[in-house]
This record gives sequence, C-alpha cells and structure tokens, in this order.
Amino acid sequence: MAEIAQGGGNDKGGKVRSKKVSTRVDMTPMVDLGFLLITFFLLTTTLQKPVTMFLGMPAKDKEKEKVETSPIKESEAITVLLAKKDGEDTVYWYQGTGKDVATTQVEKTSFAASGGLRDVLRRKKAEIGDKFFVVIKSKDEASYKSLVDVLDEMAISEIDKYGITDINLNDIKIIDKAEAGK
Amino acid sequence: MAKVKVKRHGVSMDMTAMCDVAFLLLTFFILTAKMRPQEAVQVTTPNSVAQEPLAAIDVITVLVSADGKIFMGVDNHQVRLGMLEQMSKRYNVAFTDPEKEAFRLSENFGAPMANMKQILDMDPAERNKPGVQPGIPSDSVRNELFYWVATARQYFGSQGAKYKVLIKADQNAPYKVVKQVIATMQEQDVNNFNLITGQETKPTSM
Repeated sequence: MAEIAQGGGNDKGGKVRSKKVSTRVDMTPMVDLGFLLITFFLLTTTLQKPVTMFLGMPAKDKEKEKVETSPIKESEAITVLLAKKDGEDTVYWYQGTGKDVATTQVEKTSFAASGGLRDVLRRKKAEIGDKFFVVIKSKDEASYKSLVDVLDEMAISEIDKYGITDINLNDIKIIDKAEAGK
Repeated sequence: MAKVKVKRHGVSMDMTAMCDVAFLLLTFFILTAKMRPQEAVQVTTPNSVAQEPLAAIDVITVLVSADGKIFMGVDNHQVRLGMLEQMSKRYNVAFTDPEKEAFRLSENFGAPMANMKQILDMDPAERNKPGVQPGIPSDSVRNELFYWVATARQYFGSQGAKYKVLIKADQNAPYKVVKQVIATMQEQDVNNFNLITGQETKPTSM
C-alpha cells in the first residue's frame, strides 16, 4: 500500500528511472475517522423525539352550565388526588363526592404497571361502564410529572371522560387522613 | 505432478468504497440533524404515551422550569418583534434597535418587563446561563404572561396563522405554576393546549 519510497542510492550509471509509486493510499484510518464521526453524531443527537399530548380544558363560562345539565352521579365518578410527601409523588383515589371526610374510603395507589392506578381504573371502568368519570385534583406542590402520568393512565385505559379541577379543602383533609393512616 | 499452489491474496482490502459510504452517511446525518435551539432554560419533560408529533411552526411555547419559573417563546421572528413593540408600549419601556434585534433572535425569554432591557443588553451566551433570567411574572398582581400571550395571539391572528399553544414543563415543576399558566390562558379563552412530553411506549392493554 502506501509506502514512502526510500530514495535508492545505487547509481549504476544507467538511466535514472523514476520509481513508480503506487497511487493507492491506505484508506483504513480515514474510514475509522468517518465511522467515529458518525458514531459521535448519532450519540449526540437527541434520540427522543418530543411528542405532544392534547389537553382540552372546558371553557370557563360554559363550565357551570355543563355541571348543571349533566351532573355526575356519585357512584359513577372516582377522584384521583395528587400530592407530594417527603419529596415523593403520591397518588390517592376515592369514590364518591368526598364531602364527608370521615366516611370516604380513600386508598393510596401508585403509577406502577400492575397493582396501581391502572388496575383501579380498569376495574372501575368495567364495573361502572360507559358513564365512568374520573376527576383529577392535584395539590399545588405535586409535580407536573404526576399530572402527565395520570393523563397517560387515562389514555392507556381509554377513558375519555375526565376532568381536571381545583382541589378543595375537603380533598386536602382526605389526603391528610390517608397519610395519617399510613 | 506439480503442486497446486494456493494463491496468496493480500490481506489489505481496498477501503475506498467503505470510506465513501462512511462519509456519505456522515454527511447525511449532519445535514438531517436539526440544531437544537439555544434555550434560556433546561427543561426535562416527563414521558407520555402520546403519539402526536410536535408541530414546529406557528407555536406559542410556554416553558416552566423545575423551580417554577415561566419562560415563553414564539417561533415567528415577525411576531416576536410585534410582541416586544406592544409590550414596550404597555409597560413604558423603550428598546433600542440592538435590543430589539437581540429579542428577535432569542428563542425564548423569561424576564419581567422591568428587567427586560438589562437582559437584552447581555451577551446571548451570558443571557442563557441558568439562573440569569428570573422568569415572567404571572401572578394576579402583575400578570405579564397574560399580555405576552395576548399580543402573540393577536399577531398570529393578524397573519391568519393557526397557532398552537404548547406547554413545556419540567417533570419536577410544581403543579401550582402549571395551573397558573393554564388559568392565565383560560382567561383569554384559550382552552386547548398541547403538552410537550417525551415518548414512551404504550403498554398493551389487556
């Protein structure tokens, strides 16, 4: 391959022949460099392409109207509560209105693939059927991740009836009760 | 009988073709890769199973950082200039031409109008360092985010563009700030949002 021609010093007095040097160059290091750069660019470009999740909120003035025309039955709705405790995101759920703190059965759950919120939603959806409604309420300090996780669970369980509303004092009490119970 | 001599092949191969392929691929990747815009804040989005790809044109992006600061960005340079014009009138802050140019070129910003001049006078590299920009105020006393979004919508509307409102919040951003952003939007009848998230595979439903 590419070798540097050593100047032969043997003059035999004959014709000075220019030595034929091969025009072929060893491409191996160049190939190495090429692939190194490819690898570098592949690794540095972001692998994850961002996607968007649609979130439609009810128009503010129409909200009241809606509630009046189609009130949700207590037995058909569950509430998912999001909170944060000791820097950890926590999630609770209960069925019903939650107006009476003492009698509301609140349960702690998680975003685990099994034995978590997903199972709860699936079970309740099968139990209640078409009219199943999920109310999502989040405490101020809860992280945005858990909100996205809940919305994700809705997409996974194919629940299209859900709403995000502000948390009220009763719900905070319910969360406190659930935390105290642990 | 003469021995059959196995012809010796040289072990060195012709690498030219391989080299061509390598550089072709390299060129392809360089050309197709999109430069990541320099953002004023580093945001790690949570992942979701959503499928819809991110729209890149005619978007109003509101960013929420992990510590709850609000930033905003508009992709259209013309709209950016218009926004700054309107806001400088509203808050009586006059901007010089270099400052306007700096604003036009900045992908997103997060400063109250009171500090905007000072932030725009900074070097772009300096400006985008974490912690330099304090975020856009969005509380009820001084809701600048409201007017930023309102002017942006107004300019998109005047161009006849169908804009989208994107919310890009950090996974550790407190819900309170996200709620505040959504409430600010709802005050001006923007009820549909797109949350920017990373991609996650959807678990098979049973």
